Amino acid sequence: MAVSKLFGASIKRRDDPQLITGKATYTDDVKLHGLAYAAFVRSPHAHARITSVDTSKARSQPGVAAIYTGKDVADKLNPLPCAWLIPNSDLKVPPRPVMASDRVRYVGEAVAVVVADSRYAARDAAEAIEVSYDPLPVIVNQEKAAKPGAPQLHAEVPNNVSFTWKVVGGDASAAFASADIVIKQRFLNTRLIPNAMEARAATAQYNSATGELTAWLTTQNPHIHRFVLSLVLKMPEHKIRVIAPEVGGGFGSKLPVYPEDALVPFLARELGRPVKWTEDRRENYVATIHGRDHITDLEVAAKKDGTILALRGVTYANMGAYLSLAAPGVPTILHGLILPGCYTIGAVDYTVHGVLTNTTPVDTYRGAGRPETTYLIERAVDLVAHKAGLDPVEVRRKNFIPKDKFPATSVTGITYDSGDYHPALDKALQMVDYTGFRRQQEAARKQNRYLGVGLSSYVEICGLGPSPVAGAVGFQGGLYGSAMIRIAPTGKVSVFIGESPHGQGEETTFAQVTADYLGLPLDDVEIISGDTATTPMGWGTYGSRTTTVGTGAIVKACDKIIEKGKKVAAHLLEASEQDIAFEDGRFFVKGSPERVKTIQEITLMATLAWNLPAGVEPGMEVSAFYDPPNFVYPFGTHVCTVEVDAETGQVKILRYIAVDDCGRVINPLIVDGQVHGGITQGIAQTLLEEVVYDENGQLLTASMLDYAVPKAGQMPRYETARTVTPSPHHPLGIKGVGETGSIASTVAVANAVMDALAPLGIAHLDMPLTPKKVWHAMQGRKGGAR
Amino acid sequence: MIPAAFEYAAPKNVSEALAMLRQHPDAKVMAGGQSLLSLMKLRVASPPMVVDLGRIRDLSYIREEKEHIAIGALTTHTDIERSSVIQKRLKALAESAEQIGDLQVRNRGTIGGSLAHADPAADYPAAFLALEGTIVVQGSSGTRTITADQFFTGLFTTALKANEILTEVRFPTSPTINGSAYKKMKHPASGFAVIGAAAVVRAGGQLRLAFTGAASHAFRAKTIETALSGKKLDEATVRAAMEQAAQGVDLLEDLFADKVYRAQLVKVYGRRAVLAAVQ
Repeated sequence: MAVSKLFGASIKRRDDPQLITGKATYTDDVKLHGLAYAAFVRSPHAHARITSVDTSKARSQPGVAAIYTGKDVADKLNPLPCAWLIPNSDLKVPPRPVMASDRVRYVGEAVAVVVADSRYAARDAAEAIEVSYDPLPVIVNQEKAAKPGAPQLHAEVPNNVSFTWKVVGGDASAAFASADIVIKQRFLNTRLIPNAMEARAATAQYNSATGELTAWLTTQNPHIHRFVLSLVLKMPEHKIRVIAPEVGGGFGSKLPVYPEDALVPFLARELGRPVKWTEDRRENYVATIHGRDHITDLEVAAKKDGTILALRGVTYANMGAYLSLAAPGVPTILHGLILPGCYTIGAVDYTVHGVLTNTTPVDTYRGAGRPETTYLIERAVDLVAHKAGLDPVEVRRKNFIPKDKFPATSVTGITYDSGDYHPALDKALQMVDYTGFRRQQEAARKQNRYLGVGLSSYVEICGLGPSPVAGAVGFQGGLYGSAMIRIAPTGKVSVFIGESPHGQGEETTFAQVTADYLGLPLDDVEIISGDTATTPMGWGTYGSRTTTVGTGAIVKACDKIIEKGKKVAAHLLEASEQDIAFEDGRFFVKGSPERVKTIQEITLMATLAWNLPAGVEPGMEVSAFYDPPNFVYPFGTHVCTVEVDAETGQVKILRYIAVDDCGRVINPLIVDGQVHGGITQGIAQTLLEEVVYDENGQLLTASMLDYAVPKAGQMPRYETARTVTPSPHHPLGIKGVGETGSIASTVAVANAVMDALAPLGIAHLDMPLTPKKVWHAMQGRKGGAR
Repeated sequence: MIPAAFEYAAPKNVSEALAMLRQHPDAKVMAGGQSLLSLMKLRVASPPMVVDLGRIRDLSYIREEKEHIAIGALTTHTDIERSSVIQKRLKALAESAEQIGDLQVRNRGTIGGSLAHADPAADYPAAFLALEGTIVVQGSSGTRTITADQFFTGLFTTALKANEILTEVRFPTSPTINGSAYKKMKHPASGFAVIGAAAVVRAGGQLRLAFTGAASHAFRAKTIETALSGKKLDEATVRAAMEQAAQGVDLLEDLFADKVYRAQLVKVYGRRAVLAAVQ
């Protein structure tokens, strides 16, 4: 393998200068001649019949070009599809119209849209549209929604249960019957708002002469958007071009295809005029997907020595009012299959009910199902330790899958590619000085001060994934990576990729890999993504997949370049192809290094095609697709120390240490950045963020005044370290890292707080661990009230 | 987040502003715009006209007078936070200013705008009360003053009349201020005060203690002031006295803090402010 110079180097992200200096083009920056602006009228009710929509006042306002209601578009547009049709789950997908025409099912659902000459005129006209509603009973809580007699959202989905999915392996009943310790605990996993810094936007232009539609969208996966838009807009796919310009954060929230993504192009087509819509933050809170929101009753069977025997549980996953694009796969495939975590657990019996409620749809949010898993298993391990009177470290060590068991197949039927869990735990403990902290904690307790340490040993399933597995689990797409490499006559390289990075740094890391492989300077390589007209078919950026499947494709494409180069070089150097070697950008005759042609020379000759060997086509342009043989399974241990202020219930993070193993690392700086961001989102779930609906389905945390998005000043300093266990099946040995931070950190902090409160006899509190909640829990406990 | 259409006027001096208010009784006065503009963008407020005082340059100043320190109504939070006079002589006010919102808000927002808006969770009101400030008001019938104790009358309401403009805030410097402090629990999302406590100790042992964020408007804890006046303000004494701090107060309740928890915060932050003022 050629990688050596740039692989492993902490190179600053190449896209940062333009982002930092305001030179980047986001969807809202796209300016087109004659542009009109769209504004939506959204339901203020969580559940109601629409009795009338009166647009007459709005139509007479200055600057209004058009108004469409749900009825106006119902025949012209197909419903939005759900694309993760999980098998064996009695899945029922209710139809989701792009705009509601007779009934609304959540606050924020679009009922009408205005197009006008300016944003101001559009907003004013939208305010002038009068919609009459006949309110219906509302249900917000997913567990109650599944009970008989609950308000019903969709005739197609009796009892609001859109699916019931099970994963069963081993003999859980036998394990529970023989267990010394049985833990039963209810866990709530908070509903979250993704809060990408750039809210969503759409700009679209239709050329009526050619029938071509161009849509600039805030998407993580332009090819998926094009695919779905052709279905919804009833347009041939080759007439649609989807461009993801710079995208200001997605975190999963820009994976789904939304009503506005289809409506804005539709409006441009109808009006023959370019149209733009930019979501404001209030809309973003109700109209963009939410994440998480599980209610889980979990039982754990263990021996008194801490050996975990079985997990048994039921989760009610709140899906919101409709099934968003990938939603059914999140609390099932991406969650339940990895339930045993890093541990050898002999039996799992786990059921997930996906329930529809009068809330904003829930879909992929950073980690998507896996943070929920880590939270369950890592809380469970601590509860077992607590009950058995063992140190949580020892329970982890006892149950870790041993290094020599990899590849290890779990009782849930997935095969972890590689793992070595003890060194990461050891490193984390050493960094935090675990025994020293325990002494400090003991001394503090004597002064009624509450210090705690929390561990999270995680493993995640990522690098999505082999396409045959995608098909087997009902994902209505492939999951390979793609790359097309074109070398210009002067030897400069353009790499077109099917994935669509939007802040993850692949513009830099992919250039590192390509430059190394082809023996070129970094500056000679450009990575191009995010445009269906120029990039090869690809499935987008999510699930920590881009680097693994993307480099897989790049390496294959580079190999094709080298292979072709060898043929041309052999011809020009008058040697046999077998005698040509390639190193550091130079093709030379083995044993005669003076007989050499650089890759630039070979490319020029291939491009000019004056003198090519027989059977070799001109040009230096190749494509490759890489379908991984398995997922990749990064892992690690995070450890967090906290102090709880007994007077106010405030949690202060003293130290946060992340030891991650994502296999071989292309760029440590970028990996650290990904880890930092993920940890921040995870800590925010534990301590700050919580979506609150009232029983009428009104969002009480409807703005950044009430919903606590983390700020830099609220976060601790992060200490990061790594162990390196390469993926055995990836050509570069790498694993994904985009989600590890959020998968690991939430429960590390929760465990630390519970450890701090242990002397008060508090075993578990649900997130978020706000000062109010913690303080109330401490009242009336020994030493708690002051 | 787009406001409804409105007229805009930028008077060059206070009398011109007063004339505009007489002409347009529905107009809203804007100082730094950090509260009003957000309300307008959310369409919670849709005034037909905004009278922007921001161009009246001579309303931004900090002056040490003989018996008081005078601060012009349009003085920004940043100017107050960074003023060596305020830091030295009215520390609780400087500490309030530096904990308001974020840097952008502090660069634009003004003390006059904040006090006139009377947000129950704003930072200045506690220090304004504890430092026994006075505001100077200009109206069509001339100039008058309102003491801090008379100023806040309810949720977002003050003793200001419709056609009046707050022009100056004064803080008496006699008896000598021996120490003052502002202690705050920030709401993790909004940055507003879940609780804010300001304490001022003057020569002769006089203590003033006021809270913001706890009730519909900021208030002085006069029972505590009396209980602690002339006492040696050690931790045990202050802690014991604070047990009464929330008594009789109709405490606010929201998602972040219920009444019981807020009562605890009143006690804790009241104590922390007093002890910090003494130091």
